[in-house]
Amino acid sequence: MSEYNFAYLDEQTKRMIRRAILKGLAIPGYQVPFASREMPMPYGWGTGGVQVSAAILTPDDRFKVIDQGADDTTNAVSIRSFFERTANVATTTATEDASVIQTRHRIPEDTLTEDQVLVYQVPIPEPLRFLEPRESETRKMHSLEEYGLMHVKLYEDISRHGHIATSYAYPVKVEGRYVMDPSPIPKFDNPKLDDMAAIQLFGAGREQRIYALPPYTQVVSLDFDDHPFEASKADQICGLCGAADSYLDEVIVDDAGGRMFCCSDTDYCSRRRAAGHQGPAFPGSEVAA
Amino acid sequence: MYVAVKGGERAIENAHAWLAEERRGDSNIAELSVAQIREQMKLAVDRVMAEGSLYDPDLAALAIKQSRGDLIEAIFLIRAYRTTLPRFGTSKPIDTGAMACDRRISATFKDLPGGQVLGPTFDYTHRLLDFKLAADGEVPEAASRPPMSGEVPHVTEFLNREGLIEEAQPEDTPPPDLTREPLEMPANRALRLQALTRSDEGFTLGLAYSTQRGYARNHAFVGELRIGTVSVEMDIPELGFSVEIGEVTVTECETVNQFKGSKTEPPQFTRGYGLVFGQSERKAISMALVDRALRWEELGEDNVGAPAQDTEFVLYHADNIQATGFLEHIKLPHYVDFQSELELVRKLRREAGVSQMQEAAE
Amino acid sequence: MEHSSLQAKTLLGGFEAPAIQSAHAFRGIMQAMARPGKIFDIEGAEPPAPLSAAAGCVLLTLCDTDTPVYLAGAADTPAIRAWLAFHTGAPLVGRSECMFALGSWRDLAPLSSYPIGTSQYPDRSATLIVESAELTPNGPMLTGPGIKDSAQLSLPDIAAFQDNHALFPLGLDFIFTCANRLAALPRTTEVSECMSQ
Repeated sequence: MSEYNFAYLDEQTKRMIRRAILKGLAIPGYQVPFASREMPMPYGWGTGGVQVSAAILTPDDRFKVIDQGADDTTNAVSIRSFFERTANVATTTATEDASVIQTRHRIPEDTLTEDQVLVYQVPIPEPLRFLEPRESETRKMHSLEEYGLMHVKLYEDISRHGHIATSYAYPVKVEGRYVMDPSPIPKFDNPKLDDMAAIQLFGAGREQRIYALPPYTQVVSLDFDDHPFEASKADQICGLCGAADSYLDEVIVDDAGGRMFCCSDTDYCSRRRAAGHQGPAFPGSEVAA
Repeated sequence: MYVAVKGGERAIENAHAWLAEERRGDSNIAELSVAQIREQMKLAVDRVMAEGSLYDPDLAALAIKQSRGDLIEAIFLIRAYRTTLPRFGTSKPIDTGAMACDRRISATFKDLPGGQVLGPTFDYTHRLLDFKLAADGEVPEAASRPPMSGEVPHVTEFLNREGLIEEAQPEDTPPPDLTREPLEMPANRALRLQALTRSDEGFTLGLAYSTQRGYARNHAFVGELRIGTVSVEMDIPELGFSVEIGEVTVTECETVNQFKGSKTEPPQFTRGYGLVFGQSERKAISMALVDRALRWEELGEDNVGAPAQDTEFVLYHADNIQATGFLEHIKLPHYVDFQSELELVRKLRREAGVSQMQEAAE
Repeated sequence: MEHSSLQAKTLLGGFEAPAIQSAHAFRGIMQAMARPGKIFDIEGAEPPAPLSAAAGCVLLTLCDTDTPVYLAGAADTPAIRAWLAFHTGAPLVGRSECMFALGSWRDLAPLSSYPIGTSQYPDRSATLIVESAELTPNGPMLTGPGIKDSAQLSLPDIAAFQDNHALFPLGLDFIFTCANRLAALPRTTEVSECMSQ
């Protein structure tokens, strides 16, 4: 890869992305248009996150990539090795050792610190997109702070189902101004967005948008007084490490449909196990049904 | 006991090795050279250059070889390569009036200055499989004549003289650059044409066809279709003049479309325009029809709600690299969001079951 | 003689390893914009006097042919123009068309003529690089996104920043540079007189 520049992107592209990041930080939750480039991986596979990471990484960083909370999913492996090759950057799977974490669909369980940057891969950055497909219209709605459509949608859920039927990519309001899509993280992760010590950057490559949350920014999940937001997860504990406070994936373990639950954050889970915690799926325990 | 799936890295390496083997196919069969693809799969090469927005037949041929003939994959390879290239400057607009035409036809006039040149076209071939090609591709030499010299005037210029077709006003403002600036609505015609020239051939064809079948019909005649080479020139400020830096083959289509006239304009014909790298006339004609359909607003026509009139719809969905990436990304793991949906559906069903039971009990 | 020394100065003072140095510089600028009031070190550029190294770094890291720059007052010298042109290619414009403006607080005033963005594109606003004689964590109190509880910064004014904040989501963003240090103040920050002594 030596024929390519440090972190793959050319300097002019990085400057363009860097300027967009700064404006994003100055206007939290507002989607800054940027001239996304074709990357050597497909649109929809994290090109926005990859471009943001390429624009912020330095050789001193320690980089972690997770997909669905896991460091070893194939796309996470692929993105991590891309930066190992093009930016010669050190990598890690340990959340606490990472200075930059690129993620798809999760926020790590560990509380992030001021020394960290969390980069989200975003498929559809516009929270109003599925209510109004036209960019020209949604841009107008943001400018006028016209979010009635979103509240109507959420309220229709309540009247039909008794609950807000949005379980991931749950919309938030940033500093009382912009409604923002937090990317398809489960709503369990939404409270972590608020008042986070780390910088949060969101990159949507195909849709050509970058947005940001500075540290200690107020991020509120949309809700109603009589139907307050609730961060939910499976009512189980991790079969491997026994954690009761982490987001759980459901795994089918046999042909009879036997299931177990385990932490989606693989680093969190393995550190707990290394520290001696054991879940019910270990030899001698029953697999949680 | 459940063990989380590990070894993603090895799986990827093995998959790549297998892919390379499959790409090569049976090693008892001679390997294709890039030159063979460039010379004998020329229309595929042209499509890759057009939608890849990079004029380089050798690289396009290499991309086709590497992608096992998957042209969208080849276009992707070219796009990803293109974006890493430094930009030295901007050429002057090419002059298609000075094209050395291999093909030049008009559907609106039986004959015209410069003549009709059929050129290397499939148009009047009978689509019968030529089994001789399976054994032996040798061809007899085609008749030739000296190239025509001088400018070949555009057909629409003849109509222009009578004022029968809208003026295409010269425009000196630099066009926006789709590859350097985010797509923004409303998009002017220069930007729309840029998006269309690199748009997916199939998508553009389908849209153009829909206008012919009545979804914003604009009754297009192919005023002219020409294919040939034009020189590319660049101003060199240090020299104070422009130099020719090469030549490219392009296909240009100008359609002559019906127009009833409006309050401010007398009845006259209107224009649709298509220009594509290489020999890609299906694409150029499609582009011209879609261009014309998208011009409804500036021509004071009704928006009948047809897909081909909808700039946002067309431009945001015409790029096959964006489309295929996002479409195929749904095969990536989504188990975290799926899990949250599972929990929600279970919860809603639980409560629905409870309320049904309550109703039944009442 | 003078001409050739100007030429020499023009060619010098850029990043020796642009990709790496601008990556480090940007991290500092990003941290500053994300944590208003906090002061960060930044290095690598040696622009012509009277420009600070920090201002030079910001220009090299963020500016190019796509970013119109306004040079205010004492920052508008032939040496600085030549240096900026050589290292960034940024076109020089008036304040109303600029994406970045550079100068002392006094030279940059009045703020009313810089682009503050539009309601649909509030990002299309100028960033002002304010060359400062001092930069210390003392002075007016800052609160808002990026700031845990509150911060203090030696700002040259209070009312101007309050007026700018009132425009939110429109408004200007500021980067204060002094020697090899910088701090930032985005439009989100609320500025008030510091009560405690």
